[in-house]
Amino acid sequence: MNIHEYQGKQVLREFGVKVPNGHVAYTVDEAVEAAEKLGSAVTVVKAQIHAGGRGKAGGVKVAKNLDEVRTYANEILGKTLVTHQTGPEGKEVKRLLIEEGCDIKKEYYVGVVLDRATSRVVMMASEEGGTEIEEVAAETPEKIFKEVIDPVVGLAPYQARRLAFNINIPDELVGKAVKFMTGLYDAFIAKDCSIAEINPLVTTGDGEVLALDAKLNFDDNALYRQPEIMELRDLEEEDEKEIEASKYDLSYVALDGNIGCMVNGAGLAMSTMDIIKYFGGEPANFLDVGGGATAEKVTEAFKIILSDPNVKGIFVNIFGGIMKCDVIAEGVVEATKQVGLEIPLVVRLEGTNVDLGQKILNESGLNITSADSMADGAQKIVAMVK
Amino acid sequence: MGVYLNKDTKVIVQGITGGTARFHTKQMLEYGTKIVGGVTPKKGGSEVDGVPVFNTLQEAVDKTGATVSVVYVPAPFAADAIMEAVDAELDLVICITEHIPVLDMVKVKRYMEGKKTRLIGPNCPGVITSDECKVGIMPGYIHTKGHIGVVSRSGTLTYEAVHQLSQAGYGQTSAVGIGGDPVNGTNFIDVLKAFNEDPETEAVVMIGEIGGTAEEEAAEWVKANMTKPVVGFIGGATAPPGKRMGHAGAIISGGKGTAEEKIRVMNECGIAVADTPAVIGETMIKVLKEKGLDQKCKTH
Repeated sequence: MNIHEYQGKQVLREFGVKVPNGHVAYTVDEAVEAAEKLGSAVTVVKAQIHAGGRGKAGGVKVAKNLDEVRTYANEILGKTLVTHQTGPEGKEVKRLLIEEGCDIKKEYYVGVVLDRATSRVVMMASEEGGTEIEEVAAETPEKIFKEVIDPVVGLAPYQARRLAFNINIPDELVGKAVKFMTGLYDAFIAKDCSIAEINPLVTTGDGEVLALDAKLNFDDNALYRQPEIMELRDLEEEDEKEIEASKYDLSYVALDGNIGCMVNGAGLAMSTMDIIKYFGGEPANFLDVGGGATAEKVTEAFKIILSDPNVKGIFVNIFGGIMKCDVIAEGVVEATKQVGLEIPLVVRLEGTNVDLGQKILNESGLNITSADSMADGAQKIVAMVK
Repeated sequence: MGVYLNKDTKVIVQGITGGTARFHTKQMLEYGTKIVGGVTPKKGGSEVDGVPVFNTLQEAVDKTGATVSVVYVPAPFAADAIMEAVDAELDLVICITEHIPVLDMVKVKRYMEGKKTRLIGPNCPGVITSDECKVGIMPGYIHTKGHIGVVSRSGTLTYEAVHQLSQAGYGQTSAVGIGGDPVNGTNFIDVLKAFNEDPETEAVVMIGEIGGTAEEEAAEWVKANMTKPVVGFIGGATAPPGKRMGHAGAIISGGKGTAEEKIRVMNECGIAVADTPAVIGETMIKVLKEKGLDQKCKTH
């Protein structure tokens, strides 16, 4: 799950990570009011969307007085920002962060991520702040420093110090940088983050170490124990169908094609997309109904697929293990009863309780094309939607 | 033979009184697996399908002499269940549970350092040695005895590959699901090593997916060490970057973990990679014929 920058900064404040003073604004008047309250010489007006690259897309402006705050807020609110992370359709700005400007001396990068190779959390830092870390990694990998963190000990002070010295934080600010990094790591662990990225971290003219931006992502599997983080979820930033799917613990990702897919298991679901494409079709979605799905969940999954107006045909590809084929069949029959079915449906069933599942589909009287393998099913549905 | 499990392996089911565990305990018993006990706190003294239930894993191990456990415990409590198995010094704990918070698994891995237990999973279908022992959730009937080893990050894709092999007449020694999470107990290389050392296994199918670099590392290991042919498949060639495709581990981030890159490295390391999941079996058969192993591996 993602949250906005201003929310991320609020979370970090709780852990002693220094961030500039700022307020969220939903309207132009609120933006001006927030700037008045801050009373800083320079105010930054920042678009709040769940995507990076906002600055380049015109979503971040520096205002020298309240009139400029009004002008910029007016300009950015309601604007659709297109960045390298939003996709070509862009994202509409509905919230602003009004923040006090600061006297930046130098920009750095600090990030905390999970390192799959060591099964540990790793803190990375670089003095190439402001640019994307992937770019730094590709061009000047020697400028990225890493500390692998023992979960029992946490980020040791010597590790934070080593990072600070390695990225050339001025000696007199190393102590503050260590405090910053320690707070960042603590927040990552306490809030079950999957990424905590500060780009840039800045040193300022008045001797502060500040997070100028904050990108926090959270482990979806841990949200059950993070009620405060759940409250920060902004549904307007997410795909409607993905929200609906998440209510039923379905794993759904919207895509651009016209063949709806319902599959059990993430690997098979991905491969079903791949094979549809291989045979010349375009998948409309990734959908893994998971292992413990009930007929009700399958019904909801089917409805979500059908709610996408682009869908011209559906391919159900099930290899039952923990998932039983009869449950899938019941769900499909129930869903079509509830919402009707006017488009081609190809079903391939194999695995646990396959005979029972086939029987339910055969006796349903529905117009279902059955397939005896994954390739057979993919070819059939591709032909039917053409 | 095969890897990790055989007909004499004694198995305990952790979380045996839950719905999923009950269903699969029955399936495992029907397959012939020696399920000797189950664990659910406060349900000690009861039975599930004739299997005695204990309050603690230690008690179950002491009373039954089991060496392997399988975890069906719900995600919030699964990490604890794994650590209980490690503490009881089992040889192997197989964790089926999905959606375990990743930081829980980071702790589990730290806890396991220096201890003897091997963890397979989490978020995996389990392990099966054909006709001998099935521990997990895979449909038993698709597996046939033979000489092909299967290792995979994805459960249902494992079934797909096994089904194709069995239908074409090529049985398997064992099929091992290592799971779709970013932090897991056993990686491709561990399982490839085990298959390399198993005298019954003649060739291996390795099924990966987008995210991370485990497939690339495994491919390098195969090139340097593997004496048996390996055939591969990578799921997620058409997945958009930055989106988590069901499995927590299946995400392309920062240009890393793409199917294209994985397939390139695997090909370079001498692994034949199937174009679609529908031809994993065919690809294996083609390689077996090239290597003169076809006669030996055609089992039925």
